[in-house]
Amino acid sequence: MNVWLGMPPFPEAARQALGDSQLRANLRAATATIRTKRAAVVAERDDWEQLREAGRAIKDRALRDLDTYLLQLEAQVTDAGGTVHWARDADEANRIVAGLVRAAGATEVVKVKSMATQEIGLNEALAAAGITALETDLAELIVQLGHDRPSHILVPAIHRNRAQIRELFRREMPGVDPDLTDDPVALASAARAHLRRAFLAARVAVSGANFAVAETGALVVVESEGNGRMCLTLPEVLISVVGIEKVIPTTADLAVLLQLLPRSATGERMNPYTSFWRGTTPGDGPREFHLVLLDNGRTTALADEIGRDALRCIRCSACLNVCPVYERTGGHAYGSVYPGPIGAILTPQLRGPDPVADSLPYASTLCGACFDACPVKIDIPRALVHLRGKVAHPPGERAAMRAAAWVMSRPPRFAVARLAARLGARLARLPGPWRRWTEARDLPTPGESFRDWWDARERP
Amino acid sequence: MRVGLFLTCLNDTLFPGAGKAVVQVLERLGHEVVFPPAQTCCGQAHFNTGYRRECVPLARKFAKDFAGLDHVVSPSASCVAMVRENYRELVGESPPVYEFSEFLVDVLGVTDVGAAFPHRVTYHPTCHGLRLLDLGDRPTALLRAVRGLRLVDLPDATHCCGFGGTFALKNADTSVAMGTDKARNVLGTGAEVLAAVDNSCLMHIGGLLSRWRSGTRVLHVAEILAAT
Repeated sequence: MNVWLGMPPFPEAARQALGDSQLRANLRAATATIRTKRAAVVAERDDWEQLREAGRAIKDRALRDLDTYLLQLEAQVTDAGGTVHWARDADEANRIVAGLVRAAGATEVVKVKSMATQEIGLNEALAAAGITALETDLAELIVQLGHDRPSHILVPAIHRNRAQIRELFRREMPGVDPDLTDDPVALASAARAHLRRAFLAARVAVSGANFAVAETGALVVVESEGNGRMCLTLPEVLISVVGIEKVIPTTADLAVLLQLLPRSATGERMNPYTSFWRGTTPGDGPREFHLVLLDNGRTTALADEIGRDALRCIRCSACLNVCPVYERTGGHAYGSVYPGPIGAILTPQLRGPDPVADSLPYASTLCGACFDACPVKIDIPRALVHLRGKVAHPPGERAAMRAAAWVMSRPPRFAVARLAARLGARLARLPGPWRRWTEARDLPTPGESFRDWWDARERP
Repeated sequence: MRVGLFLTCLNDTLFPGAGKAVVQVLERLGHEVVFPPAQTCCGQAHFNTGYRRECVPLARKFAKDFAGLDHVVSPSASCVAMVRENYRELVGESPPVYEFSEFLVDVLGVTDVGAAFPHRVTYHPTCHGLRLLDLGDRPTALLRAVRGLRLVDLPDATHCCGFGGTFALKNADTSVAMGTDKARNVLGTGAEVLAAVDNSCLMHIGGLLSRWRSGTRVLHVAEILAAT
């Protein structure tokens, strides 16, 4: 999985992000807007809980018999004139895509926003192979022009406001009007002119997919701008890189999932563009279609009884928008293309242990807002706690937790500890790990203990 | 009714008022309170920080300490949620624990406990009370029945305060940033008292309010219900 080099573990990355007041303001405004919209369209449905339960069941069914559905998908895609490639990890997927682009004789590809290709670092791998990848999703374009990283699954440039985007376009977009304003229509028009040239010139497109239907071999992309549809229809060669957990059994399953996704994602009843494609059709759309099915840690997650729930994720990002931690720190602090609560359980499973991944399950207060919002009912707090049990614990913390368990195992030991804590609470600055408490917060100074009071009244 | 008191280690150590208040209210309503003195800690901090193995003996001890009681009441939503949600899987049994407001409203069928507290109060629904126990409007129904009490709405009430157990230390900067927003909202209400059903969250928000010398106090809901 694409590691963002140089990122510190979450607590330190979060501390740096918290110091950026512009970022805090942008995030607060943006997440509050999406939260309000989502709440309104969810409230319209009195069967929302049944829909969530149906969504959970569909994804669980697909994951339970993943091997069967993937082979069915392969057969259907092949039958429809496409070619299926199996990629064990990021390197293999990147090699396959670079090889396909080279075979098409292209040095430039257009891309529809795709989490999977960000996960594997495809753009960087293509660049190393002498191939330029142009992001065509507006927000992804903003991120790419800014030599930046996405900070949200659905709104990758959520950390930027309009004024910042105008400056970026004026600096980085060739031929842009120097008097460009920060009016959204003007900004979108500038991006449109910039992208249109690329769409018409591109011979190869790279996409992801929101769903892959095993029954028919159809792939589905859900988007707002129509740039994705340009990518899917104009170039001669279309390469779709899709995580194996995106497969769903039947077309009918979309009746549930396409009600859950837009409401949870952008707070819309339906998103503007939903594209389906199935293999190739002579005289219409790409002449060549390649589906790269990506594992990259997914089968490892699938083997974990609790961790596997993360594979139900449909990348709506509702959990990010309701997360009080994400709202304060933004997405970059999570050091991964998958930020927020879902990233905190997905990244450690896909990437394996390292200091950043090990810090992510702790990037939550376990408040549970994410679980409430999740359209496929991923119990994120439960998975966080489970993963906390699997990551490496700092030796000092482990010793302290064992000592606490030792104290709590015998009432007399607890009595001594209570006394010590009551005295300690009177200190203005606590030592050791407790130092972080008293930096900003006082402690209470309790009077007569409950037990003294209780004993006195029972035996007057 | 004979009711066991599960005080919780935090209340036992730093918040004696919550336990006293639970005893006073229940006795005022004519019930007998039992306090098993060997009780220590439910193991929530261990469990939630990823120390499941260390938590199991504590859960076993808890089940033993409260054995034979049909109703165990606690002034902590998150500790009750810990026992209710995780004990069956951890140690194969789940003692009959109730959060205090839940016990009063659902088991005893009481909302007016005969309290008087002539102050302006705002209420923060703590996350585990709100989302794990579904306490809903039980605590506020009890507060509304208190004579003289004026309950004012807390903006963004359902947003987490940022305590989060060991999160408050491991991610102290983010924790304080969240708590700061919560405490500002509390001050914005002009309330004299912030009430909640978890002293852990109140320790965090109240710790900030105290450091700022704001003059706004934090009280467990039980302490308000005990006031006459």
